[in-house]
Amino acid sequence: MVDRQEWDVVVVGAGGAGLRAAIEARERGARTAVICKSLFGKAHTVMAEGGIAAAMGNVNAGDNWQVHFRDTMRGGKFLNQWRMAELHAQEAPQRVWELETWGALFDRTKDGRISQRNFGGHEYPRLAHVGDRTGLELIRTLQQKIVALQQEDFRETGDYEARLKVFQECTVTRVLKDGERVSGVFGYERESGRFFVLEAPAVVIATGGIGKSFKVTSNSWEYTGDGHALALLAGAPLLNMEFVQFHPTGMVWPPSVKGILVTESVRGDGGVLRDSGGRRFMFDYVPDVFKDKYAESEEEADRWYDDPDHNRRPPELLPRDEVARAINAEVKAGRGSPHGGVFLDVSTRMPAEVIKRRLPSMYHQFKELADVDITAEPMEVGPTCHYVMGGIAVDSDSAAARGVPGLFAAGEVAGGMHGSNRLGGNSLSDLLVFGRRAGWHAAEYASGRAAARPRVDDAQIDAAAAEALRPFSAESGEPAEGPPENPYTLHQELQQTMNDLVGIIRREPEMKQALEKLGELRVRARRAGVEGHRQFNPGWHLALDLRNMLLVSECVARAALERTESRGGHTREDHAAMDRAWRNVNLLCALTDPTGGLAATDPVRGQITLARETTEPIRPDLLALFEKEELVKYLAEEELYE
Amino acid sequence: MATGTEPPATEPRPRSGGVTAGTRAAIDAPHLRTDRWWLAPAATAAGLLAFVVYSTWRAFANADYYAAPYVSPFYSPCLAENCVPMKAGPNWEIFGSWWGISPAIIILIFPLGFRLTCYYYRKAYYRGFWASPPACAVAEPHRKYTGETRFPLILQNIHRYFFYAAVPVAVILTYDTVLAFRDERYDWGHMGLGTLVFLVNIVLIWAYTLSCHSCRHIVGGKLKHFSRHPVRYRMWQWVSRLNARHMQLAWASLLSVALADLYVYLVASGAFDDPRFF
Amino acid sequence: MSSYEARFKVWRGDVEGGGLEDFAVEVNDGEVVLDIIHRLQATQAPDLAVRWNCKAGKCGSCSAEVNGRPRLMCMTRMSVFDRDETITVTPLRAFPVIRDLVTDVGFNYTKARQVPAFVPPEGLGPGEYRMMQEDVDRSQEFRKCIECFLCQDTCHVVRDHEENKPAFAGPRFLMRVAELDMHPLDAAEEAGLDRRRTAQDEHGLGYCNITKCCTEVCPEGIKITDNALIPLKERTVDRKYDPLVWLGSKIGRRSSAG
Repeated sequence: MVDRQEWDVVVVGAGGAGLRAAIEARERGARTAVICKSLFGKAHTVMAEGGIAAAMGNVNAGDNWQVHFRDTMRGGKFLNQWRMAELHAQEAPQRVWELETWGALFDRTKDGRISQRNFGGHEYPRLAHVGDRTGLELIRTLQQKIVALQQEDFRETGDYEARLKVFQECTVTRVLKDGERVSGVFGYERESGRFFVLEAPAVVIATGGIGKSFKVTSNSWEYTGDGHALALLAGAPLLNMEFVQFHPTGMVWPPSVKGILVTESVRGDGGVLRDSGGRRFMFDYVPDVFKDKYAESEEEADRWYDDPDHNRRPPELLPRDEVARAINAEVKAGRGSPHGGVFLDVSTRMPAEVIKRRLPSMYHQFKELADVDITAEPMEVGPTCHYVMGGIAVDSDSAAARGVPGLFAAGEVAGGMHGSNRLGGNSLSDLLVFGRRAGWHAAEYASGRAAARPRVDDAQIDAAAAEALRPFSAESGEPAEGPPENPYTLHQELQQTMNDLVGIIRREPEMKQALEKLGELRVRARRAGVEGHRQFNPGWHLALDLRNMLLVSECVARAALERTESRGGHTREDHAAMDRAWRNVNLLCALTDPTGGLAATDPVRGQITLARETTEPIRPDLLALFEKEELVKYLAEEELYE
Repeated sequence: MATGTEPPATEPRPRSGGVTAGTRAAIDAPHLRTDRWWLAPAATAAGLLAFVVYSTWRAFANADYYAAPYVSPFYSPCLAENCVPMKAGPNWEIFGSWWGISPAIIILIFPLGFRLTCYYYRKAYYRGFWASPPACAVAEPHRKYTGETRFPLILQNIHRYFFYAAVPVAVILTYDTVLAFRDERYDWGHMGLGTLVFLVNIVLIWAYTLSCHSCRHIVGGKLKHFSRHPVRYRMWQWVSRLNARHMQLAWASLLSVALADLYVYLVASGAFDDPRFF
Repeated sequence: MSSYEARFKVWRGDVEGGGLEDFAVEVNDGEVVLDIIHRLQATQAPDLAVRWNCKAGKCGSCSAEVNGRPRLMCMTRMSVFDRDETITVTPLRAFPVIRDLVTDVGFNYTKARQVPAFVPPEGLGPGEYRMMQEDVDRSQEFRKCIECFLCQDTCHVVRDHEENKPAFAGPRFLMRVAELDMHPLDAAEEAGLDRRRTAQDEHGLGYCNITKCCTEVCPEGIKITDNALIPLKERTVDRKYDPLVWLGSKIGRRSSAG
């Protein structure tokens, strides 16, 4: 009844990490299948604007992997899985150069090499870019490389899809297991609603983030935390889920585009933030640790753009978390803009033609979507959920998920690499470096198991099918449970809950309230019903995605409640300072009911169990890259003297 | 479900046809546009038709094309013996006396061919006259379509040869414009309203000719590495800027050439006296 | 903030048949057509099928025809319509319909596979590529393409003539050929692949009659016709219809590639 196919490696997700993994696995000889929810080439990676961080040293020869590593660790407040940060910094240049051999066309330097641009937190110009559409270039290059490999296979076998096939518009709902090991995936075709099983000894999860659990987000509908949930359900733990990056500047009006990103370059090029009274409020929000690095007066801040060596930076260029918090505070204090944001103004700072030249896509974005001419009037902006630093706990070198042999994870869905806060530009390089590693190790793992392929258990398939079909029977479900629920309504309530109660600024009572609300939503979600049939039915798809969003939302809320400090993408009003004692503590989320059946879990206690874990000490030669004075700020005494 | 090479589950009904074909969304209307989509092709057709009528009449008229010092651009160069004598003007009797009909026909074939195979005019008449398509997303009324893949439309590929021919014609019209700085007694250093009309016309003719897509290709577009040919790259950039206005220049020069001819006609036929500036 | 009720006609159905269904739906300030479709999903038609992703004109998923014109729904603001106008939304009409606003765009993926990929130059390893900005400018313009397939949808060659689909790659993929032919380091020629000739012989460049609808609908503002298709036609002429160039290359003075 259910269509079954055999593959060596199955990659779930066709963004930067997924495609890079698939290319690597196929080139290492594994028959590889890629599954993605959207059309091939539409993944969220296309939204990335800034660039790919890689210490190639094309613009400033002083750059090298050690400097990049240092910047990454600082950005993540030393919570990063340091071995990942090390591999990332070392391998990123090779990954970028490789893209060129597949046809990518980056912007060039005068001598014909890849141009690199400055970005927040990076000591040197480091981001390889193509205007402000780097993500599109990345995804298209990988897509075209996949087509190139398929053309190769076609010449050899007469079949484009003999060794590498993309199953587009398909959703995976379960990772199947044979005992401890991965045995394949279960999913459905969105177009027809038909179920299918891909049997494979190795599965790479590369599904991206969780932004759709929040109301205001720069993420697309696909970002429902599928991979996080799949891993949890398969028995793999999630790491540090409390760290969610809120980008300080998203559009706030009109409602239809609320959350869409306004690039950091706007502030980098001279844009300033003002409250409703026209005051540059960021001067009030410079934290003590940064006091000596940021300007105290508007005059000094304005001089910095032309003379950065003798003046301090304007406070608009503080790290993303600081700016997001400041905007949040201004709006709460009643000094916001008409639509609940603050003003970001370039119109009084630069001539119109300079704005159009330097920020072409921002100019068009506001012109076309908001009817705002940014060369003549200020933009309205506010924080937007952008990225999750937490994710599947993986081995740094092999990208293998912990505890589930055959399961691998790469990209945003994997945790650890970025610590508590990600630097701009590090995500695209993360996709490439760890996408490749995941594909490589998955292929290696699969070939080692070629003789003894795992068995796919029919009972698991039946259970997965029943779970997926549940929304259709909810309409006529048992009356004792209550009336059927509209999945769209449930989703909106979930987004509102996460936005209001586990958002940028977190408080203990609110997070407890959120957990209660999540419990209630979980019960109601079991009654989520859909109309119509299985063919391309978005209501049904959403009803199934709700399970994943509820799972990851609970992880975020529980971990956030547990971590009693503020660090990077996790801000507690009741524990406002960074605590060195938390520096080496990871929080791991696991499913309370290890059998993976969600029905049995307690609605009040929830589905997630938290565990603390002490991280491995940073290798001495890497620690030696930092000054002692700096380390003192982050590391506990005993760590320093080991 | 894969990247699209598997046949669709249901066998498509007819394998031909357009927007109402079997597998497409069942909508009977050939288009659902609510704007005045017909306006642009109608205006184009009307404009082109008006020019064709006017120029045919003038080309075959074989009269009133010279009023010293102005020669109608339709009759320049005048290459037969039956041309009106123009002092130092562009009449070279290459064709001798056997040519009986209007001498305009000999030379007009080149600008006509240039414009007929021009990438802009092709769009204009394919849309305006042939309705292929009449407007974007409006179904065309033809059962078959082979585009420019076979005779005669495959001949559109010779556009660049007409470009090569159009350049000397433009040179001669420039010469005519220089001659227009004489007065009716052939004394140099004078200007009339006609001189101005000729000046505007020749600027537009050159702008149109040089903005041609073939020209853009020849000066630099064919290169793979601009960085190795800086001069040609500069020329290509310059032509590209003009090329972006190719449509406007096509219409402007079409109008100006007709007006220049009309001006000569009015003066030559005595309907109008050329106002002299100095 | 003002809201009003708009009248919509949305095509619903599948390959078996279907028709325009009437809806009355609330519209708020600043909304785009995709917002209205989402509101219909959330309130009146939960199973209304539609593709979308980024909602910012960057992914090219939400292509449809609004009042008969191919457009991205996320970039079509409601304010461009009169309030009493009935707005008609249909799926792309050049491709087989799957359900409601979702069509089978497989044609495009098939065509994408038929264009031979970038051929890396021999002897250059990763990190050794040197290209000047002016040499990559042209191809970079074409790489702005978000593959919304609106150009493929509007092109009358296949929109009005299903039978031309096997022979014609469509503007998007002819532009891909142009992109590779203009790529400063593409070594197809050295590998024995003549992209200019194949543009005509295998990808159907001759079907294009440069009527520019592809350029008109491109949401990225790429000058498909002027910068990709016509230059490609001229390059094909170099190969196939220009005896002077042909003679020149036979004599071996220098290749036209420069």
